[in-house]
Amino acid sequence: MDDIFGRAVERSVERAIFGGEVGRRAFIGRVGASAAAAALASVFPMAAARAIAQDKPGPPEKKDLKVGFIPITCATPIIMAEPMGFYKKQGLNVQVTKASSWAMIRDLSINGETDATHMLSPMPLAISLGVGSQSVPYVMPAVENINGQAITLATKHKGVTSPLQMKGFKFGVPFDFSMHNFLLRYYLAEGGVDPDKDVQIRSVPPPEMVANLRAGNLDGYLAPDPFNQRAVFEDVGFIHLLSKDIWPGHPCCAFAAKREFASSAPNTFRALLSAIVDATQYARDRGHRKEIAAAIAPKNFLNQPVEVLEQVLTGVYPDGLGNTKTVPDRIDFDPFPYHSMAIWILTQMKRWGYLKSDVTYRKVADEVFLAGACRDALKTLGYRAPETTSVKHVFALGKTKVFDPDKPDEYLASFAIRKV
Amino acid sequence: MRRDRLRVAAYSVLIGTVLLALWQAAVAGKPAGKSIPGPAAVAATAAHMLAHPFYDNGPNDKGIGLQLAASLGRMAIGYTIASVIAISLGVVLGLSPTLYRAVNPYVQVLKPISPLAWMPLFLYTIRDSAQAAVLVIVMSSLWPTLANTAFGVASIKRDYLNVAAILQLSWPRRLVTVILPAAAPAIVAGLRISVGSAWVAIVAAEMLIGGTGIGYFVWNEWNNLALTSVIFAILAIGLIGVLLDAGLGRLSRRLSYQE
Repeated sequence: MDDIFGRAVERSVERAIFGGEVGRRAFIGRVGASAAAAALASVFPMAAARAIAQDKPGPPEKKDLKVGFIPITCATPIIMAEPMGFYKKQGLNVQVTKASSWAMIRDLSINGETDATHMLSPMPLAISLGVGSQSVPYVMPAVENINGQAITLATKHKGVTSPLQMKGFKFGVPFDFSMHNFLLRYYLAEGGVDPDKDVQIRSVPPPEMVANLRAGNLDGYLAPDPFNQRAVFEDVGFIHLLSKDIWPGHPCCAFAAKREFASSAPNTFRALLSAIVDATQYARDRGHRKEIAAAIAPKNFLNQPVEVLEQVLTGVYPDGLGNTKTVPDRIDFDPFPYHSMAIWILTQMKRWGYLKSDVTYRKVADEVFLAGACRDALKTLGYRAPETTSVKHVFALGKTKVFDPDKPDEYLASFAIRKV
Repeated sequence: MRRDRLRVAAYSVLIGTVLLALWQAAVAGKPAGKSIPGPAAVAATAAHMLAHPFYDNGPNDKGIGLQLAASLGRMAIGYTIASVIAISLGVVLGLSPTLYRAVNPYVQVLKPISPLAWMPLFLYTIRDSAQAAVLVIVMSSLWPTLANTAFGVASIKRDYLNVAAILQLSWPRRLVTVILPAAAPAIVAGLRISVGSAWVAIVAAEMLIGGTGIGYFVWNEWNNLALTSVIFAILAIGLIGVLLDAGLGRLSRRLSYQE
């Protein structure tokens, strides 16, 4: 998982010993890569070199960077790191660039027009596996936000309280490979509604959701904020359920990059990750939320009324049914990418037929969700980091259900409603 | 003649005033921010935006002047490429009826495809969103010019070509002094249609790719449901469209001839 840095160090040591890339390749070509590394380790303290490299990172290889984002509150740490100086602190000159849809985010990143990017946490998994995309290895060293999504329904459905009343609805989700899609499907199926047969679920770019709800083109959506709160603000919808009431502490958006970027510019990657983790930790403190709302509201970033962003970030908000709610953890920020989260996502990709082949859950999770890199970043910045990379997740809906990452197949088999 | 013009102008102003009054009446009494904004609100936004048309607050927030310039720049590149291809190909097809008939079915299939449908393919293959947008413009402004050029060249009087042959003009000279001038009115008519469809396509393409341009501006303001800005942008798009068309209209009057 941290092989990226490790291998980069190994390679530069090898290069130094063999007098450049050509000598190194010739040697490896003759004896094989692992034999070469072992042979070298016998004469050179490779482990020590790696440790030194991780303690004292060199200067970033590339300082001017572009990071893509979708204008939603999930991207808070990525966005605020620019106006609030978290990138600068790491010696980086980052331009955050707004994209219009998740498909554009994916293509801009794959095409190398952005160096790193805001993504939905299932996207790096799907892209690495070549599901719904060309196959490009991705890494995801940090989660942006946990919780922070909601099911919003059009005002005309004010009487609706349970999934069974939602049969025939047209729902919007931001993207096929989104927590939104998987959580909405989970919610509907737990309520006895088959998301593939009883309702229609469409991909709609988040910024276009309120307009679609107003036009009656959608009956509801499970979407990122501010678009749930914006629907209330515009009097076109109400908040039916917060996503934290489906899976408390679920991951949502993430910070991701091509594996190639991480391995070719390890110092830049590490500095960027430090900036993101630092900003995420800053956003975690509820005392900072109003200041953050003001920083990310302008046209350059979210282009939303500050009032709406404050309602989202502080968790004191009108729900559109005449109540004012106080839910401090409506959205929260925690960068740690648990492998168990990736495994849950993979089980749902299988459950709904997106992932047709068998995969080794642990291996994929380990390769894409860089928990170790995140842990290092947290520790270097002086924060506490979880020691374990895999935990059991508890789902809150109705009767509590526990997801055990060690038994993904049994978990998958336990669902009555699923495709195939 | 002059009185006629005056009358037309008076009618125009009258129609405009009636439309504005109807618009104002339709929104009067509705709470601000909860319905379509009226002309006064749009005018206020317009005044605000036109006061600083070229401000630059970073990659995602630029003045309306810079956005329009970005769109026009992108369009100019795509339109020029398309015109060069379309006119050259059109001349070849116009001169050879056999080739024209052989190629025609393909053109007919490609012509009705919305230029935006190409976008995903371009993004995947060229791997550059700015170039993909330019190519969308190329696809949108290729066909009208191509078809008109081919038609214009095919219907040049045989006499002109025969005279050119008798005078034993070289091919380049024949092209520059006979074929292109003779077909010019038809070619410019095609260019005029093309510039319109290119301008239509650029707005939609920019809404898809984001970044800069008037299309992105509309999309960004739509996110915020800032309808006054959207309406103002619509008017600006329309106005630029009129100017582009008028420019080519002038060109076509200069190039027309009596036989």
